[in-house]
Amino acid sequence: MTTLIYDSTFEGLMTAVFEVFEYKYDTVEIVAQQNYSQENFFAETHEVITDFTKSDRVLKKLEENLGKQGISQLMMVYLSERKDLERLILSVIRHSIKHPKQNILQDFGNEDILEISKICRSVSRERHRMLAFVRFELLQDEVYFAKIEPDFNVLPLIRKHFKERYADQKWMIFDLKRHYGIFYDLKEVHFFTTDSSQMQNFRNSEQFHHDEEKKYQKLWQRYFVKTGIPERKNMKLHIQWVPKRYWKYLTEKF
Amino acid sequence: MNLDRIKEKLEILADAAKYDVSCSSSGGNRKNKGGLGNSHTAGICHSFTEDGRCISLLKILLTNHCIYDCLYCVSRKSNDIKRAAFTVEEVVDLTMNFYRRNYIEGLFLSSGIFKNADFTMERLVRIAQKLREEHNFNGYIHLKTIPGASDELIREAGLYADRLSINLEIPTESGLKLLAPEKSHQDMIKPMGFIKNALTVYQEERKIFRKVPKFAPAGQSTQMIVGATNETDLKIIHVAKHFYQNYNMKRVYYSGYVPVLEDKNLPSIHAQVPMQRENRLYQADWLMRFYGFDANEILDKNHPFLDLEVDPKLAWALRNREKFPVNINTAPKEMLLRIPGVGVTSVNKILMARKFQKLNLEHLKKMGVAINRAKYFIEFESQNIFSRLIDEQNFRQIIVNGMKSKWQNPFSEQLSLF
Ligand code: SF4
Repeated sequence: MTTLIYDSTFEGLMTAVFEVFEYKYDTVEIVAQQNYSQENFFAETHEVITDFTKSDRVLKKLEENLGKQGISQLMMVYLSERKDLERLILSVIRHSIKHPKQNILQDFGNEDILEISKICRSVSRERHRMLAFVRFELLQDEVYFAKIEPDFNVLPLIRKHFKERYADQKWMIFDLKRHYGIFYDLKEVHFFTTDSSQMQNFRNSEQFHHDEEKKYQKLWQRYFVKTGIPERKNMKLHIQWVPKRYWKYLTEKF
Repeated sequence: MNLDRIKEKLEILADAAKYDVSCSSSGGNRKNKGGLGNSHTAGICHSFTEDGRCISLLKILLTNHCIYDCLYCVSRKSNDIKRAAFTVEEVVDLTMNFYRRNYIEGLFLSSGIFKNADFTMERLVRIAQKLREEHNFNGYIHLKTIPGASDELIREAGLYADRLSINLEIPTESGLKLLAPEKSHQDMIKPMGFIKNALTVYQEERKIFRKVPKFAPAGQSTQMIVGATNETDLKIIHVAKHFYQNYNMKRVYYSGYVPVLEDKNLPSIHAQVPMQRENRLYQADWLMRFYGFDANEILDKNHPFLDLEVDPKLAWALRNREKFPVNINTAPKEMLLRIPGVGVTSVNKILMARKFQKLNLEHLKKMGVAINRAKYFIEFESQNIFSRLIDEQNFRQIIVNGMKSKWQNPFSEQLSLF
């Protein structure tokens, strides 16, 4: 048993996969640096240095076998932050290398592949919810600002959507759980991280609200109440669509 | 802008528009070139009301002043309620500001009729034009076409809007005559025909000249109120079929009548909202649009109402037991689609997965098939003990007992079960 330790980036993971084949490891486990504990000192370890050439070669091969769609599915597994994401990804890649002619991601009789399709469904759903539930607040410096705490690490998956939709306004979406955000400056979307004093400001963004902001929030809240039909009220259904964990950041759920 | 005044208007005019059920923003495909907004083919629901309906558009009336007196409508002339009207600028401002905050996918604008049809329609068109041309807004716009408006205004509306709609309101002409004597289906069908033709003409021209503008790219839709008069479900789905086939409808919406007014021609003000009937109608509609069912297979003269206890696909299967069990590993797609509990997504998964290996019940369960219904109607190479039950006398009861219905709450009409 060999343990490959990588730096927890996607490219690092792809490099690790490359090296599994390169060194012909048979029984391996790929572990992200931050999750590695030295308890298992009988295992042999192998430190992976992230190498973009190797990672690109894996991705190119995968694109040949599984298409862009396939890569984006593996990306979602990676962003799901599941404990066994490395094992699942390696398992699919091995399967695919064995059967290069087939799109093995459709082999739903295979446990790992079915699991992956389930993960992709959950991650896609979370992504979709973020497209829906992001609420921008206009700040004094004319930036539209939103806080989120998604179940999975979906910021990289929603970047393009917001860039295309809100092309003529500056905006920022910050993931309070993972302490990083994306910022659109009317040209490009940048990833950024921040220190703890800024974090406090992000949490309490109300103090930076534009004068107009409260007004539109109030209007939206009233709209939300008035568009419901009391005779048909069904909170069970409502909560099924808008689970309570999202309420914190929804303007209409004041 | 005076916040209190605008808030009051918004409350009145959102309240009056809430009975229109079509809130979907799907079918749009506007790209954004440096302005604000675009529209997704699938649309995005940004929130859900406490009654569980999707909120995707700012759905309001321009005004609830109306010269007509339709009995089923809260805005009718003789109803004693507060009236209000937005200005063109106010609607534009609300739309832009809600959109910028990611509250909505766009605007759904309808209106009571003040003065006359053209006068009202002209304002609706002006709002859409202002959004598109002055504010470079590419989000979704759904305009309600006012029956009786001139063709020219409808054409213009279609050039700015993503979707146009005219509500049939009541599924039968006689029902409509009873509740809205000033209206007729003919008045509604004429503009629908105009829109249908315009859709085809613009589409044809765009094939030749790419520069030809899009006309209502998300098509037209309509809505029927269900349960205000005593039409059968059979009648309703045939009306829907007629409009899908002949008027190029993208969607037909069904709105369970919410008793709002006291009148001898209306159900009692204490009547239940027929929510479950409405739900069954949507299921029947899906069967026609995505599952290859014909209206005549779903209901016939001997069964003019949808079964409230079981969904229409299951009801069909119960009437056509000789067509089952269906072999999961060999049956054609059309037949897989007819298995109760198996949806379109599952059918596609089955078709892909069975290329790799023979599937069994366990596989289907993991793929998300509703096994509690499906298991009786399928077979595999190996034995499936459930499909033997299909010839049992009390087969229907066996299935029903095995299902948990989300509609089983103390208020539903479902308790006939016990
Ligand atoms: S014309 Fe429309 S708004 Fe006026 S009363 Fe009839 S349904 Fe209501």
